[in-house]
Amino acid sequence: MRPFDYEPAGGTEAALAASARHAAPDAPPPQYLAGGTNLLDLMKIGVMHPPALINIGALRGAHGGIEADASGLRLGALAHMAEAAEHPAILSDYPAIAQSLQQAANQQLRNMATLAGNVLQRTRCNYFRDPSWDACNKRRPGSGCAAKEGVNRLLAVLGVSEACIASYPGDFANVLAAFGAEVGLASPEGGSRRIPFEDLHRLPGDTPQIETNLRPGELITDFHVPAGPWTGRSLYLKVRDRASFAFAVASAVVALDLAGGTVREARIGLGGLAAKPWRSHEAEAALRGRRLDESTAQEAAEAAFAGAVTHGENDFKPELGRRTLVRALLEAAEMEV
Amino acid sequence: MPDGTQTMIGQPALRIDGRAKLTGRARYASDEVVPNPAHAFLVTSSIARGRIRGFHLDQARAVPGVLDILTHENVGGEAEKPKPMAGGDTTSTLESDRVWHDGQIIAVVVADSFEAAREAAHKVRVDYEAERPSATFGSPGAEEEVRKAGEHKDYHVGDAEAAFAAAPFKVDARYGTPTQHHNPIELFTTTCVWNGSKLTVYEPSQFVYGLRGNLAQQLHIEPGDIHVISRYVGGAFGSRGGITARTAWIAIAARRLGRPVRLVPTRDQGFTIVTYRAETRHHIQLGATSDGRLTALRHEGWEVTSRPSQYNVSGTETTARVYACPNILTKVNIVHADRNTPGFMRAPPETPYMFPLEVAMDELAVALGMDPVELRRVNDTMRDPATGLEYSSRSLMECYDQAGARFGWKSRDPAPRSMRDGDWLVGWGCASAAYPANIGPAAVRVTLTPEGRARVQIAAHDIGTGAYTVLAITAAERLGLPIEHVTVELGGSELPAAGLAAGSSHTAGICNAVAKACEEIRQKLALAAVVTNDGALSGQDASALVLREGALRSPAGAKEDLRAALSRVTGGVLEVYAENIPQGLPRESIGKAYAGQMSMSRGHSRQDATTYTFGAQFVEVRVHSRTGEVRVPRAVGAFAAGTIVNPLTAHSQCIGGMIWGIGAALHEATEIDPNAARYVNDNLSEYLIPVNADVPQVEAILVPERDDRVNPLGIKGLGEIGIVGMNAAVCNAVWHATGRRIRELPIRIEDLL
Repeated sequence: MRPFDYEPAGGTEAALAASARHAAPDAPPPQYLAGGTNLLDLMKIGVMHPPALINIGALRGAHGGIEADASGLRLGALAHMAEAAEHPAILSDYPAIAQSLQQAANQQLRNMATLAGNVLQRTRCNYFRDPSWDACNKRRPGSGCAAKEGVNRLLAVLGVSEACIASYPGDFANVLAAFGAEVGLASPEGGSRRIPFEDLHRLPGDTPQIETNLRPGELITDFHVPAGPWTGRSLYLKVRDRASFAFAVASAVVALDLAGGTVREARIGLGGLAAKPWRSHEAEAALRGRRLDESTAQEAAEAAFAGAVTHGENDFKPELGRRTLVRALLEAAEMEV
Repeated sequence: MPDGTQTMIGQPALRIDGRAKLTGRARYASDEVVPNPAHAFLVTSSIARGRIRGFHLDQARAVPGVLDILTHENVGGEAEKPKPMAGGDTTSTLESDRVWHDGQIIAVVVADSFEAAREAAHKVRVDYEAERPSATFGSPGAEEEVRKAGEHKDYHVGDAEAAFAAAPFKVDARYGTPTQHHNPIELFTTTCVWNGSKLTVYEPSQFVYGLRGNLAQQLHIEPGDIHVISRYVGGAFGSRGGITARTAWIAIAARRLGRPVRLVPTRDQGFTIVTYRAETRHHIQLGATSDGRLTALRHEGWEVTSRPSQYNVSGTETTARVYACPNILTKVNIVHADRNTPGFMRAPPETPYMFPLEVAMDELAVALGMDPVELRRVNDTMRDPATGLEYSSRSLMECYDQAGARFGWKSRDPAPRSMRDGDWLVGWGCASAAYPANIGPAAVRVTLTPEGRARVQIAAHDIGTGAYTVLAITAAERLGLPIEHVTVELGGSELPAAGLAAGSSHTAGICNAVAKACEEIRQKLALAAVVTNDGALSGQDASALVLREGALRSPAGAKEDLRAALSRVTGGVLEVYAENIPQGLPRESIGKAYAGQMSMSRGHSRQDATTYTFGAQFVEVRVHSRTGEVRVPRAVGAFAAGTIVNPLTAHSQCIGGMIWGIGAALHEATEIDPNAARYVNDNLSEYLIPVNADVPQVEAILVPERDDRVNPLGIKGLGEIGIVGMNAAVCNAVWHATGRRIRELPIRIEDLL
């Protein structure tokens, strides 16, 4: 009853052209439909009203592969979460990536959902997801934020703004951020570009409704995770209220290049705690060149949450986040690689 | 009835309706085929308190396919408010412009398709005159009052205050439990079909006669003109016991249109258009001697309800009588907020009230330096301390001993933080479970054919519990037939009346009625067989004859096959209608069941004895020493519930209750926005319940128990008992793991950092 155009695209060019064709100045942008596990949900609950869906399932041939070589790991945007979670090279050489995917959603969803779709999933803030709430700056710019004085236990403490405290809910994207991945983009104007994954998502600032730096119609084609001596000694630790099928209350990505007990290089990400997929350069810097032990791990954790802002129910999250990171660091140091 | 005939009761039997459910032949209420239905979609309020100034319906009416929109302006006078099962008055819906709570039904859109109705409902614009609402305890504007005795009693035995003051060992603590919602998988559907003045209602129900009687009152029509059908119910847990507002409006919508109307509400509407488990607060004071004997028990509770309702569960009626104690004082307060009216939810009084008592008992054991199981043993009693009556049976300590042995409790080091597995702190906890053995009146028609087929007809309810099967088992045993030769018809108000399927009362009520009807059949056949001159049983003692394996048989082995025995009393089939009025209930109670009024003999209110089911529950938790996640790798429960009619479904009931208890202790809570008084996580992705990974090992032991006083078949009921002790057992295990006593549920990561 909410009409929208539906167009299957036979290839990348066709998808980009369709997106351009369906774009209109005063309407919400058309959306690419891949697994649909988040987009269709948001349409059904009345949060998103795209005028057109362009089915890009047929692009899996071109953008669905997974390849690992000496330079790193190339992940096709349309590879399914389950395929990446079970890929032998990822399991052995990038365990944090495999774990972040294994611990997300459930098997049925992982079989459907694509990597790019997963990266672009939207917040679980209940005030955003239920249009009967008037105040949500992300859904209705300028309307306010009911969450700040409301139920915000699962919402963000890092990267938040006066306008919005929604948390980025995903797991995998935090690993891409921490690992310094790159995103490949194809544009309706015909070109393509590559940007750092950390620049894909935006902080909410005054415009929480704009979540990414994607240009109109741009299509994610792949992710490239550079190889590094830290990827093998890496893990994803997800702390959640129940044992499976739950979003993170807090999570940490840790990848370490250790020499003896000393950190040559660290890659650190955080999930369930921040407004966007989060890399903590502060925590990495705090560890670089230092011996990893309980006290340096704690210092890194303090550095990671120095800028945390809380709103009542989520007052515990900086402490939980610190503990999660310390635990992840110490567990990563113990890994046999 | 003759003894020694019980061969099928107590043997595990597969569900007789299992195949129908698995193959999709079982029709749930909204699956029932009705001609050309229109579809309804509810519009619910987005404010929690205020008035409706007006509606803007033009856009909604313009949606193609829209047939009608009901609001207080056009149908407000056509129905009375529904009468809740308890608590007196309740909130209104379309009767007036008043908004009492978030998510209140304020309009019903009817259209040719579900999609059109939904689209139009989203286009209804409402002008509110909003007032600041009160969400819950402590919110500005919430009104507290002492709950007066009436539906529930208070207990005042001895002098609890003086005894507490004088006690050498004490616990004095406050506890809390959250709002919870049933969320049965089948949504709260209603389908109404008029045929002239006759109305048929298809709705999942725990009390079809209650629905009929109450709907008749609301619509000012004859109960006999309403037929309620509810053959299969996809979970209930208390949420389908009383009538709710939606039913009358769907009936009125169908009458206005002259066409059947079907409502399938959404999951989030299920959080506000029916009842829920209200949040509670508690203050407990326990006093004890140095050897652990209780000298004082004071339990005061607070419960949230709606503005107009007095609904409360008063679980002090159970906590006052679990342990021997000479000085008891109980009190309950209700707090009115701008909320919908709460209602029954699995073990309504015991789940929230046994939590504080059983945690306090654990705290007392710690204070005394005593094993928690031994503390229960010292205070075990065969006499109800609140009334002085005997327990008809009580196997609490047998439950502790069997479950404790299975769990390995003996090897527990009582010191907190004494067990560890790597970074995980391990803790063991236990708690008692208690639930009254209730029973309601029931009528039944049993028909026996010469071919040895029987039919049982009773307005019972199978809410997933296995009622179809226990009815078949009882009839098969008492008539001497294989189970597959018994058919059961239930879930309709055209059938003889049975009471509410709630309060763990249903199996006892309906099976005793079937046994009574079968006994009348046996007596008729036996008398006819012995007074004749020409049969094998001629001149025998009629009272000694039994129906077994398709024949009427004497103890010495003489027999007459069923066809011959039946032919002495009828040329056709033998049909018997019987009513079972439980001990202590007046004869009129069956009339009340037909009239749709609840009447139940309660285990704590009988004059002859106190009748309760008991259980003991043990839980192991693991708590991460850094990050505080709590997991439950195993749980063991033992329950003594008198006669177990079908151990297979009984076991399912018990483990289901235990799993729910794990969720209630660790996951479940309906979050309410403190300013708007609106539920926030009203969906199954954000309202967490355990998934498989959360319940790796759950064991239930059914402890044999015989109780000849509770009712003729000795059935005490076990629908609720499985959940009752779990909250406290988990909490006590968390204390043992961490040394942290968390007195508010659910116990979450942030409580353990």
